[in-house]
Amino acid sequence: MLAYLVRRLLYAIPILIGVNLITFALFFIVNTPDDMARMQLGVKRVTAEAIAKWKVERGYDKPLFINAQAAGAGVLTDTIFFAKSARMFVGDFGRAEDGRDIAREIRTRMGPSLAIALPTFILGLMVTISFALLLAFFRASPLDFWGVVLCVALMSISGLFYIIGGQFLISKLWRLVPISGYSGGLDAWKFLILPVLIGIVSGIGSSARWYRTIFLEEINKDYVRTARAKGLSELAVLFGHVLRNAMIPILTGVVVVIPLLFMGSLLTESFFGIPGLGSYTIDAINAQDFAVVRAMVFIGSVLYIVGLMLTDISYTFVDPRIRFE
Amino acid sequence: MTIVRLACLSLFILLASCSSEQNDPYPASERGKNILYAAFTERPKHLDPAQSYTEDEYTFTEQIYEPPLQYHYLKRPYTLIAATADTVPVPRYFDAKGKALTADAPTEDIARSVYEIRIRPGIRYQPHPAFAVDDAGKPLYIDNDRGKLRGIATIADFAHSGSRELVADDYIYEIKRLAHPRLHSPIFGMMAGRIVGLKELGAALQRAAQDQPEETWLDLDRFALEGVTRVDRYTLRITLAGKYPQFVYWLAMPFFAPVPREVDRFYSQPGMAEKNLTLDWYPVGTGPYMLTENNPNSRMVLARNPNFHAETYPCEGEAGDRAAGLLADCGKALPLIDRAIFSREKESIPYWNKFLQGYYDASGISSDSFDQAVRLNVSGDVQLSEEMRERGIRLLTSVRPSTYYMGFNMLDPVVGSRDGVGEQRSVKLRQALSIAIDQEEFISIFMNGRGVAAMSPLPPGIFGYRQGEAGIDPVVYDWVDGKAKRKPVEAARKLLAEAGWPDGRDAKTGAPLVLNLDTTSGGMGDKSHVDWLTRQFGKLDIQLVVRATDFNRFQEKLRKGAVQLYFLGWNADYPDPENFFFLLAGAESKVAHGGENTSNYASPEFDRLFAEMKDMDSGQQRLAIISRMNRLLQQDAPWIFGFHPTSYTLGHAWLHNRKPTDVGNNSLKYQRIDVALREAQRRAWNEPVLWPLAVGVLVLLSVVLPAFVSYRRRERGTARS
Amino acid sequence: MSEITFLPVLLWSDVLIWLLVLAALALGFLSSRNPLLRAAWQRVGRSRPGMAAATVLLFFLIAGLLDSIHYRPQLPGREAGQPPAYAVEVLSLLDAAASPLRTRSEKTYSEPLATRAYAKEAIELREADGSVRQMRDFPRLTFGGAHLQGDEARHDADIVNRALRAEALACALWAAFAAACACLLARRRGCPVHEMARALLRGETDFAWTSVLSTLAVLLLLLLPIAALCVDYHVFGTDKVGQDVLYQVLKSVRTALVIGLVTTLVTLPLAILLGIFAGYFRGRVDDLIQYLYTTLSSIPGVLLIAAAVLMMQVIIDTHPQWFATAAERADLRLLALCFILGLTSWTSLCRLLRGETLKLRELEYIQAAHAFGVSDLRIIIRHILPNLMHIVIIALVMDFSSLVLAEAVLSYVGIGVDPIMFSFGNMINNARMEMAREPMVWWSLAAAFVFMFALVLAANLLADAVRDAFDPRQAGAA
Repeated sequence: MLAYLVRRLLYAIPILIGVNLITFALFFIVNTPDDMARMQLGVKRVTAEAIAKWKVERGYDKPLFINAQAAGAGVLTDTIFFAKSARMFVGDFGRAEDGRDIAREIRTRMGPSLAIALPTFILGLMVTISFALLLAFFRASPLDFWGVVLCVALMSISGLFYIIGGQFLISKLWRLVPISGYSGGLDAWKFLILPVLIGIVSGIGSSARWYRTIFLEEINKDYVRTARAKGLSELAVLFGHVLRNAMIPILTGVVVVIPLLFMGSLLTESFFGIPGLGSYTIDAINAQDFAVVRAMVFIGSVLYIVGLMLTDISYTFVDPRIRFE
Repeated sequence: MTIVRLACLSLFILLASCSSEQNDPYPASERGKNILYAAFTERPKHLDPAQSYTEDEYTFTEQIYEPPLQYHYLKRPYTLIAATADTVPVPRYFDAKGKALTADAPTEDIARSVYEIRIRPGIRYQPHPAFAVDDAGKPLYIDNDRGKLRGIATIADFAHSGSRELVADDYIYEIKRLAHPRLHSPIFGMMAGRIVGLKELGAALQRAAQDQPEETWLDLDRFALEGVTRVDRYTLRITLAGKYPQFVYWLAMPFFAPVPREVDRFYSQPGMAEKNLTLDWYPVGTGPYMLTENNPNSRMVLARNPNFHAETYPCEGEAGDRAAGLLADCGKALPLIDRAIFSREKESIPYWNKFLQGYYDASGISSDSFDQAVRLNVSGDVQLSEEMRERGIRLLTSVRPSTYYMGFNMLDPVVGSRDGVGEQRSVKLRQALSIAIDQEEFISIFMNGRGVAAMSPLPPGIFGYRQGEAGIDPVVYDWVDGKAKRKPVEAARKLLAEAGWPDGRDAKTGAPLVLNLDTTSGGMGDKSHVDWLTRQFGKLDIQLVVRATDFNRFQEKLRKGAVQLYFLGWNADYPDPENFFFLLAGAESKVAHGGENTSNYASPEFDRLFAEMKDMDSGQQRLAIISRMNRLLQQDAPWIFGFHPTSYTLGHAWLHNRKPTDVGNNSLKYQRIDVALREAQRRAWNEPVLWPLAVGVLVLLSVVLPAFVSYRRRERGTARS
Repeated sequence: MSEITFLPVLLWSDVLIWLLVLAALALGFLSSRNPLLRAAWQRVGRSRPGMAAATVLLFFLIAGLLDSIHYRPQLPGREAGQPPAYAVEVLSLLDAAASPLRTRSEKTYSEPLATRAYAKEAIELREADGSVRQMRDFPRLTFGGAHLQGDEARHDADIVNRALRAEALACALWAAFAAACACLLARRRGCPVHEMARALLRGETDFAWTSVLSTLAVLLLLLLPIAALCVDYHVFGTDKVGQDVLYQVLKSVRTALVIGLVTTLVTLPLAILLGIFAGYFRGRVDDLIQYLYTTLSSIPGVLLIAAAVLMMQVIIDTHPQWFATAAERADLRLLALCFILGLTSWTSLCRLLRGETLKLRELEYIQAAHAFGVSDLRIIIRHILPNLMHIVIIALVMDFSSLVLAEAVLSYVGIGVDPIMFSFGNMINNARMEMAREPMVWWSLAAAFVFMFALVLAANLLADAVRDAFDPRQAGAA
């Protein structure tokens, strides 16, 4: 197990290098250092000298990948790529183009992101699994049919409509919760209700339908029939056998996203004014802040790889037969 | 699931039962306090006075920093008055030999202008750790390193703070900071051409900065600045090259706010910048407010500066100010509000709705996104809807000192004048387009009437703007029934035919006339704008191709002159015609000189008049020259004059003393809140609607109950079988 | 001699769409010869929701295909001897068919079916003595209900009248179509028509004719009145610049279809090729391909898309000479968006195919073919590819709806289709601001919502039916 994990970790390194190369290349074609300088220095009264000065100061006057002028290791290290990308492997994200420390920003924004994402994830999982179990229990009945229709209808609505509609009804017409905003600490709950609710409702359709098929697949297996023949109640069968065995396919889809919860949700956060990582990313895209986007991509990839590993580990908990060598 | 849902619902109900304002986004403890609530959309990039240059930033910086001068809050046209200075300085002029000249001396004789600014004694800075001293008078926080900063996250974490008196040296220090190589002050390049010795200082500082390690303090007092000297403790003298009457306007901008040397030293200590402990994040000033919380992701809090010097509410203003109740607080000590909480509101719909619910006291300075959401009503004019008037919401409008225009690139062979189709044809083409594009309709559709159609580059309120028949653009408008009336499309078609494109087709080859408009995707590039513009060009049967790009690409095209038509706007730095006409001066050509003349318009006649006009004092003679310049521009039509947007802000009935200002943003100190009224209104407007919750519970029950019953039945059925 | 009065324009996305149609026809032909696939399609045909959805989709498809034949009309006013000149505006057959919708623009907002604008305006009246008097009123629309002239009181009656006549026509059309169906089916089976009709009504046919016919009935009853009214009214109102919302919705359909279908199509070869190679050859090849898709899929999707879209924007902006018209530029951007979306979505299909190939190659008959020295390529084409077809088909239909939804979100973030292009995302993005108006302008958002919902719902239902029919695992479960 340990050896397996170590191997996975080692395998992650070339992937991260690849990720870095891709994003670096993409963003440098988009955004030359000149563009970045102009973006940061503003529109009015920008002179060529000011831009040149900015580039020197931020280290953007170096060559991209290979510095032919430098000696020794400097050929590779004295370049923009090395200075801006490679340092991320040791957790040094550097500064955003507006001069603010990225790591610090990420730390402060993680909290709000998680405050939204964790309840949405956990409650969402509970609600969808119970809904799917309900449908599976009443399989082939009108309740099941209409439940599935409801699911399909729910998943056919764009996420934008959920947010626009939810804000309009619950906050504007009924005035039940604040429309947007965030505050740290315990006061946050009233800001969280609506985005969490919308998050759950918008996710219910596709996942509940998917879980239902998984459950039905299990229900039709022999051992379930045996269990039922033993005289176990339907509920005991559902919870004791079906849910347990359906966990593997559910875990495959679910565990991988847990680490990504840190990244926040782009849409929800910007509509609800939550100062999390999602809105940080959107701001950075809009401001073409290369340094921030690069850092977020890097973190996203790391979290994804962690998620894959967590998935593997979680299998062993659910199904002791699975071993990694 | 049932349990979770029920829990959620009961939570809702619990919440509903405990108070009437469920949707109050602020903590209950803040209710009933003298706090102003406002919002900001864009996070301010810079709060350092040497760097900040946008209106979003001025919302904060102008409350904190005090430059020597300010604009009178009520008087119009905008009038400069003293802020920390004792009077508005009057320049003295000298010729090249150092001989004093009179104020009306010819411009070309003037080699130097000298401004002497006297600061009022006794003005004190806000409390700040940089001023904290121990018993011996030695600064407390002068030898911080990373270890000592371990427990410190914000500026409030320093245990001690101090204050000191404002002196002339602080202003000198800030002027030197404009040349600081690490600050990239946006006005350095411009000021280096005006303030004697600033350019040399910049070069010297650049060298010094390269020689010393990055994290060390660059003490600007070690470097002399020839043109800025200290006369005594409270007086400084600024020497400019030549005559530059507009300089006093700059003295009202935060670029010329005082920055004490100890503050700069304090923030330059190692380890500070990593924690965002910089002047850019925690400004220090003598103004009425100080920034106590800076979290640009969600909120910024300004609190009253306990050390603020005596300043009282003005007692005189424009005609009508008394009737509007703007003079009621005459003579009261400023500021009138204790705290101002600015929340970040990126999406305009929540912003707008919170305003309607009473959780923002006023809409901000109309930023772009708010502009789009706030449709006062769908009609094309500025009017509050019935419902809003009933709520006591007030609307303030004023024409902003800015202008929007569609420029022609004069280097282009078709629309430009130089070569290609020839001067005559392209002038007529430009004039025809000026007539065809119906700015009035644009204003009514896209701006809800919040703007006035432009006749020249000058917006109302700027010297040189003329109302009535004398002010209209005779190429585009006729004066009919005491009003300016856009010429009919036929006139434009006729001009176009004379230009050699009858019905939009080249008279010789029959090729259709295709024009390209470059713009940014957010600006004219969105779908509805493009549709509308296509229709306008369609009136002349001209085929329009709109090329929307991102901002950087657009700028690059302008720099290279690779555009034909483009859409831009300009916000004035100060209310002077020079600040608009320079956008068309030949010496400011974008392609040739990298200036702001994006049209690359170069008319020797215009340039001559501009040179004459710019350093003149406002008077009849200047007005005559400006009229000639306008006529020239209207004939040549290097721009299609667009519109001057009207800034509007909405305020609730409980917010008093609001008057729109567009050049001075330090208006927070004058405003007053009727807290009791606000509480009452908010309560009345935010009664939650509870029946949906009840309906929700019922629906849930109607699903769960039958399910439960049928489950029981099935269980019993299996048990029996 | 008749003159050509238009210049045909072949956009890249048109090419791909018609290629897609060809591919669909080819697939249909292949399926009819392959018993397994034929059986699967027959299972799809038996699914009631699936066939109802297919009927709805057919209408969307027709609109989309009509909108995929483009041309530039000739400009009038040509004198003898001059070469013909064409407008820079690129039109499609749909534009031609809906030209009253396209050209009849009001000044600004108007409510659905309104005859007057949505807001009061200052109207100048010239009195008899020549003085000008201003008054505020709702101005009459230029086109909406213009045929009523002064007689606005007739408005409601006129609408009801037209709608009822359209409904009657719909009933007649439907009856005719149903009768034709019954006749044809009866002839094919050789049973009497009335028996066939009864079977149809009771839903006793093998193919789900009942749901096709009932869906058709509903659609006709809904669409014909709209068609009857849209000539003289703005059925869904007009937007900020007075453009008919119905027209915008119709034009958005093609964009949605292109995004939903072309995206999968352009990346399909890549996914199939790499997936099979990785599974079949294993070893180094597998490692490399796995590395490639793990790397790509570990970059957060939105960021990858944002970067790629911005990059493509730069390329497009620096090469204005590539495009004769704005439509061509918007089209290239749309296609590029498809490629980029495909870039992020092919990895999952590739992974699935790799897994399946790994399983397949261990099967005895493939091992045997291997032993007989059949070439790898031949094995892949003859034995492996056909056995993967069901996964590919499922992926194609399953991805459609999520891609259509993704377009809306991307356009909101500003990295979607060209802002001048009609698309649901752009419509929502523009319309959501209108929700804040007083009084609220709801029709743009509502129209976008209804049409998008119908499209995606139909796609989802069809996808379900296809998956149930093709996935051997699912067949038993559902």
